[in-house]
Amino acid sequence: MRMELIQPFIDAADSVFSETLQSPAKIGDLSMDENAYRRKGVAALIAIKGDIEGRVILDLSPEVAIKIAGQLAGMEVQATDQVVRETVCELANMVIGNSVTLLNDQGFRFKVFPPEIHANEEGLANSVDTEALVLCLETPCGEIYLNIAMHYLHRRSRERDTVPAVS
Amino acid sequence: MAQFAALLRKDNQPVRYLVVDDSVFARKNLMKMIEMFGGEIAGEAGDGLTAIAEFNRTKPDVVLMDITMPQMEGIEAVERIVRQHADARIVMVSSVGYQENILAALQKGAKHFVQKPVKPEVLYEILRYVLSDDPTAAGAPVALAGEHRS
Repeated sequence: MRMELIQPFIDAADSVFSETLQSPAKIGDLSMDENAYRRKGVAALIAIKGDIEGRVILDLSPEVAIKIAGQLAGMEVQATDQVVRETVCELANMVIGNSVTLLNDQGFRFKVFPPEIHANEEGLANSVDTEALVLCLETPCGEIYLNIAMHYLHRRSRERDTVPAVS
Repeated sequence: MAQFAALLRKDNQPVRYLVVDDSVFARKNLMKMIEMFGGEIAGEAGDGLTAIAEFNRTKPDVVLMDITMPQMEGIEAVERIVRQHADARIVMVSSVGYQENILAALQKGAKHFVQKPVKPEVLYEILRYVLSDDPTAAGAPVALAGEHRS
């Protein structure tokens, strides 16, 4: 996967965690994964369709989610499955929403769908032309994983516009 | 925590808000800010369809509307609300802040846009602007720009 697709996710995660957790995120580990996705904790999947197509998964343990929920709510919250799911979806929304905004600024056009909780132990194999980038972000509340699998469907509009006509 | 001068209506009553977001956390976060601004919660909704019903029921002064939601997205809900209530004051609140989204929302009748995560001081200034543009809030005793205190 090309760096121009990855950097916006790193920048967005840093920006969102700095604002919501009052501390920047540190990249702990970064790897490429060609195997089917296996979640580590509670995972929210957001599908992206357009010039770039694919999906992004935000994955964290319930314990980390509860700590973040407390930060988001500004008070201690009760540890329930509902709170964990809500927290993971809201974080996914913010990180991925900000990422695609940055990608859009680079000329990519696409639509983002609401997050869905991914509860299967396995599944979501990457397609032949889509390898996944797994990014581990270290925050004061614990580790958060981003699993990004995207591929170009179309050239960016500005590249399309500059392709010379063939006589 | 920052303190803000209360945003009030012309009749000195608190501004009434409808908060629309499919995330309970996002709604709570916005409601906390509304409280900081001296506002009142008229209602809340988790999708566009419920937002329309809640708008008709509560007639809020301002709507804070998410874009990406299940059942009916925020931009379509804006279009339907503004079709019936041309003077509705709707501020879009979304993590997806690219130009097409913002333009589409404004074309359908939204008054402004703020990107998540929402900073209280940013939302405050936007609400001041949206309310000052409206005759019912003209002359409301709001703080001048930059007057909120840390």
